[in-house]
Amino acid sequence: MSGISKSFPGVKALKRVDYDLSRGEVHALVGENGAGKSTLMKILAGVYRADEGEIWLKDSKITPTGPRAMINAGVSVIYQELTLVPYLSVAENIFLGREPRRAGGLIDWKKMWADVGELLAPFNLSLNPRARIHAIGPAYQQVVEIAKALSLKADIIVMDEPTAPLTGSEVDRLFEIIRNLKSGGVSVAYISHRLEEIHEVADRVTVLRDGERMITAALSDLTVDDIIRHMVGRTLTEQYPKVEDSAGEEVLRVEGLTKRGVCTDVSFSARRGEILGFAGLVGAGRTEIMQLLFGYRRRDSGRIFLRGAEVRVRSTRDAVRSGIALIPEERKKQGLVLGLSVMDNSALTIFDLHTTLGFIRWPDIAQRVTEMVRSLGIRTPSLRQEVKNLSGGNQQKVVLSKWFVRNCDVYIFDEPTRGIDVGAKAEIYKLMVSLANKGAAIIMISSDLPEVMNMASRILVVYAGRIVSEYRRGEATEEQVMSDALGLGAQTAADAGTQGARE
Amino acid sequence: MKLDLTRILRSYGIVIAFIIICAAMTVLSPVFLTVTNVRNVIRQSSIFGIMAVGMTFVILTGGIDLSVGSILAVAGAFSAGMLKGGLGIVPIVLLALVLGIGCGLANGLLITIGRIAPFVVTLGMMSIARSLTLIYTKGYPISGFTGSFRFIGGGEILSMPFPIIVFLLTVVVAWLILTQTRVGRYTYAIGGNEETVKLSGINADFYKTVVYVISGITAAMSALILTSRLNSAEPVAGQGYELDVIAAVVIGGTSLSGGRGSVWGTLIGALLIGVINNGMNLLGISPYFQLLVKGLIIIGAVLLDRLRQEPA
Repeated sequence: MSGISKSFPGVKALKRVDYDLSRGEVHALVGENGAGKSTLMKILAGVYRADEGEIWLKDSKITPTGPRAMINAGVSVIYQELTLVPYLSVAENIFLGREPRRAGGLIDWKKMWADVGELLAPFNLSLNPRARIHAIGPAYQQVVEIAKALSLKADIIVMDEPTAPLTGSEVDRLFEIIRNLKSGGVSVAYISHRLEEIHEVADRVTVLRDGERMITAALSDLTVDDIIRHMVGRTLTEQYPKVEDSAGEEVLRVEGLTKRGVCTDVSFSARRGEILGFAGLVGAGRTEIMQLLFGYRRRDSGRIFLRGAEVRVRSTRDAVRSGIALIPEERKKQGLVLGLSVMDNSALTIFDLHTTLGFIRWPDIAQRVTEMVRSLGIRTPSLRQEVKNLSGGNQQKVVLSKWFVRNCDVYIFDEPTRGIDVGAKAEIYKLMVSLANKGAAIIMISSDLPEVMNMASRILVVYAGRIVSEYRRGEATEEQVMSDALGLGAQTAADAGTQGARE
Repeated sequence: MKLDLTRILRSYGIVIAFIIICAAMTVLSPVFLTVTNVRNVIRQSSIFGIMAVGMTFVILTGGIDLSVGSILAVAGAFSAGMLKGGLGIVPIVLLALVLGIGCGLANGLLITIGRIAPFVVTLGMMSIARSLTLIYTKGYPISGFTGSFRFIGGGEILSMPFPIIVFLLTVVVAWLILTQTRVGRYTYAIGGNEETVKLSGINADFYKTVVYVISGITAAMSALILTSRLNSAEPVAGQGYELDVIAAVVIGGTSLSGGRGSVWGTLIGALLIGVINNGMNLLGISPYFQLLVKGLIIIGAVLLDRLRQEPA
């Protein structure tokens, strides 16, 4: 692949990226969340079409017309979320849509099982082709995906974070299989966050940052630190407002928040007027921690204190009543009722504050919403306008207005700037600072390192469901934070074994 | 001008259809537009119309209640039995309502806490409530009432039949609840996006339960009217009513996927079904054909609704 570029509305996802695979090679692709790894692989898979650039397969230029065409050309992708049919057998999944038939159109089961046995033989596993997918566990499911790719005569297999759901010994077995594939002449494009694994399994690595290729090199020439250095250190394009680090009294304290398989012993506190950043990779458990704190999920243990006193948070209703707001990442899906008006959406959090004998006092609500809509600069023809008819940026603001009209002590923002343009980002930063200045504590989950390092007065780094390190503003470099987030910090080395617990 | 016409069709299509059908009936049958007949149509519509008002709440949350016909039967049978046993009118009305609330509450709790699909829960309740009715009545109607109970179905206030008054009051109260109370606003919001509602600090399960209770209450109200009107509680009363009830809501423009619709639409939907039933009887159309026509109208109404949803 050479000179690949791709833009999405508002973002340039890839800028003239080159990537190549030799026969029997494992070529790793690394980068921060949003660096463009998945976009590049989706172009290779024919899911997206590149705006610019060429794709060459075995000396001939090809123009992917869709996923099916690329599969026929020998490219198979194993996505992070497995795409198998849970209640069909291993064999049926491998041959889905291509079942061997006998005369009369009946499925030739014997042939199917025999073929699958042959496909699976090199893996040296005890896997019954008749077993149902849902019963065999993630490691075997992945093997089934690989076998399916081989049955499609794939020369190139793309693996997106294949080890994420696997335990230690399963990872070893997967690597053995990958080595097997290599010696059989299959090439593997390997996307992973786990740099130590990459050293174990890959021959070369390409580092992407902000849609640009930083380096492609043999892994024997690069240390883990080198790779991290290439991943971070983005050129600053954002304007960050000046944030005062004058924190007031403690308003929120969380002690020992634990949920099996999600997070372990998470403790932290937040003060009035401060912005507390949660750094880490997608999947580290930050969103889940906040959902536990917000009562959206039930925690196993852990205590929550607000304004010095322990509070009972067993539902989102408890959380909101005690003064916690959560602005979710998926704002359209989780923050809005698209078919309702700006008024209804904005008032969803405050109806309980404005009722007399069960009747809503609409004039009060209208007044508060009108003020908020004005101060946030939401552009809408009227408050009765359905939210689905607003522009994306204005929809974002309706989510904010819905929480700002209810005066909370703690505002949790989950990836507040993901997928929005630079101008809108600056506005959101300003709003966060002004909330903090009014005495609220702001918690900000962000996978954008420069953002979280510039905005937060303190940063907590989460890895595998634990807080692994804490830095004050200016105490850490991006390399340090990224290294902690990847689980490479001194503290986390000991915890590496707990990763399996996530499965 | 042309654009305005399509918009009018989209917003008021069902009202226009209703007017056209009424006009056609007036031309075809001299009896149709007489005071007696119109009162008859509305009175007949009010039985399932009241239930359709409750059903509107359920469907607005994206749910469904198949058990309304059976709840009607069970509430009617027990009330009739107790009435025969000498209970007064006020306890009888309360008894019916408590039965409706109980069935609705059971539906709601199984759906929210039990996490079972509304279709399945209310299908089960449909069977259970019908069975309770048959057990209680041993399969025989309970009939022959006297005094004030007969007023519920047959009485008039200022020459307005009492069932019609109840029906219209129900519509107005429902409209007030839907627009002026939290129950109402959350009902729309839950149907639009339940996850958002939960993440807004609202106990969505509570409000989802409430709508099934409302549906149970309206079924019990219809039970009292029907039992009084027929002067008999039949063990098979209300069988198949859920179809006319759901049809009235859907024809009235409430989206089966929830979040969109109004109780005024349901009023029109119920009247439309009433007019069709009445009209085909007046025209002497065989009942075998009546179901066919009703089926076509239900499908047509949903098609119309799809047109409305698609952007102009």
